Amino acid sequence: MTNLVLIQVVLMVAVLAFVARLFRSNGARAQAIRRLGLLLFAAFAVVSILIPNVWNRIAHVVGVGRGTDMVLYALVVAFLSFTVTTYLRFRDLETRYTRLARRLALDEAERDFPQEQVRTTGAPDSPTDGAPTA
Amino acid sequence: MNDDVWLVIPLYNEAQVIGDVVATARAVFPHVVCVDDGSSDASAAVAEAAGAVVVRHPINLGQGAALQTGFTYALGDPGMRWVVTFDADGQHQVSDVVAMLEKARAESLEVVFGSRFLDDRTQASVLKKIVLRAAVGYTNLTTKTRLTDAHNGLRLLSRGVVERIDITQNRMAHASELVAQIGDLDVRYGESPVHILYTDYSKAKGQSIWNAVNILVELILR
Repeated sequence: MTNLVLIQVVLMVAVLAFVARLFRSNGARAQAIRRLGLLLFAAFAVVSILIPNVWNRIAHVVGVGRGTDMVLYALVVAFLSFTVTTYLRFRDLETRYTRLARRLALDEAERDFPQEQVRTTGAPDSPTDGAPTA
Repeated sequence: MNDDVWLVIPLYNEAQVIGDVVATARAVFPHVVCVDDGSSDASAAVAEAAGAVVVRHPINLGQGAALQTGFTYALGDPGMRWVVTFDADGQHQVSDVVAMLEKARAESLEVVFGSRFLDDRTQASVLKKIVLRAAVGYTNLTTKTRLTDAHNGLRLLSRGVVERIDITQNRMAHASELVAQIGDLDVRYGESPVHILYTDYSKAKGQSIWNAVNILVELILR
């Protein structure tokens, strides 16, 4: 490993910086496996930077012509899963802040419901109706 | 009269027309709640002046979220028996709501959906009709309900149904979500013809045909 190409150095620094950034935040135990997976991924990234041919070998094993194609395919899959995961995570977040905002809105709204005993019209006949509200 | 009915109107930047809409509705239905979804114009104040209760979302959340907020508010009234979902842009007719209520009471239905396609009063463009028909087909395919119209904002729901509904689709897909949840409840439902007035105002403000794509994505990726 004496003749490192500049791009190899740059890429390795980038990957290591990414890993460092990832591990600085103390997350929950549930994230551990995902992080270990990322660690392996990063380790493999370093290997593939030092020995670019490893991708070629993997490509040949799985029947893909070139290592660069292999990288591209892996990237497409990773990006797609990232997109979907992010979308779902945002939806989850949205549901939470919607509940919060709704609570705020309802707490601030005026509530002067007429407490009339006799109503002009009745409820529909239904086993689900007529339950006392909390 | 109609003291047990709450009109729920999601409100977003409709200051120009909401005053008339609320006033017209309140002539027949005294209880109107407008859920102001973070409007940047005077919508909330105009609605309030016209006699509606206004619940203000602190930020814009979407029409589905506004409907659910209105439902939760109306459930706070122990005298509420019916909830009507009504549009703020003036394209719905109060007389159609009266007919829906009569139908529900006469046939003891829990839900009455408004439908544009039960008579030929509603004038929609060919493209809009095609998209709506496709939406109806998709909704009928994926839910237990069989309807002639989809994404029609005019609906009548009984208290029992409102209690068990939870809209989580904040944006436009809430209409399909609502139909799906009602289908799962296994309650008696019906359809009533409604006349949607496509005025220049509502056409300019109404949702674009492209939203069909967005709705489909929101329904698939939930």
